[in-house]
Amino acid sequence: MNTADQYVKAIYLLQQMEDGPASTGALADMLDVSPASANEMIGKLEDRGLAEHEKYKGVTLSDDGIVRARDAIQTYCIIERFLANVLDVEEFRAEARELESVIDETVAERLDTIIDRNAECPDCFDPETDACEYLEVEHEKPAD
Amino acid sequence: MSVGNQVTSDHQLARLLQIGIVLEEVVEARAYHHYQSLAEEDRHLDAELEELLEHAAEESAEHREQLEGLIAGLDAESIPFEDIETLVEAKYGQTKPEDFDGILYDQLCNEETAYKFYDDLIDGIEASDAEFSIDREQLLVALRTIREEEADGVEAVTKIMETRE
Repeated sequence: MNTADQYVKAIYLLQQMEDGPASTGALADMLDVSPASANEMIGKLEDRGLAEHEKYKGVTLSDDGIVRARDAIQTYCIIERFLANVLDVEEFRAEARELESVIDETVAERLDTIIDRNAECPDCFDPETDACEYLEVEHEKPAD
Repeated sequence: MSVGNQVTSDHQLARLLQIGIVLEEVVEARAYHHYQSLAEEDRHLDAELEELLEHAAEESAEHREQLEGLIAGLDAESIPFEDIETLVEAKYGQTKPEDFDGILYDQLCNEETAYKFYDDLIDGIEASDAEFSIDREQLLVALRTIREEEADGVEAVTKIMETRE
């Protein structure tokens, strides 16, 4: 997943959590980048028509941005499910976050042939727990 | 979340190589099943397709062994390959292509996906200055060779598809 897709995915999830625009600070925190880097990328997303930024309020995705974000969440869900259910990785969230920048969506699509994903995906992705709400993990403690 | 395509640790590298192994497993199983799904009489009629699928399965098995060799040099836990094999087998029925064109297209996706995976992995290693437990140059040479073979695979399938249009 490229950097722009990681950003639109993060904005989408923040908009869900905040029930409104995503603040630059929260976005920078979520992506573990500096606010300056986040601002620079927000500018690029605006240029591409994927998001709109309103001063003192934050970023909102455009319809095109939402489509991109939903695709990115599906890719992310495939990576998480693959790690949790196929490779039996306990720390699947942390590892998925590390791997998402290196795993392309075409690769995720192939991995998708061996996992069970809910038909509602990506609506069942819970931003609070950073995982699909239907994801069954045998060894995991409840999310914090 | 880490922004930017970089492979920064032994653990991350090992995990990516394991994903590579599973991808190869998927390719190998699908090529084998595609071949098995050809009716007996069609197999004789379609030597070209038969050879392509046989070669794809063999090459994936070789790649898998090479990746396993690389992982052996890293500090990483093993993954349950037998379970994965069973899973790939079980899931194949739900996603198998329906005809010759479908088989070729699926094979093209297999090869292209593998190529993209190794290409991104190589970029991620090159972009990072992390030190791994295995020799960096040796790792890159091995992955570039595999990537090259995947590129040849894409070309081989594309050629067959073009002659059949």
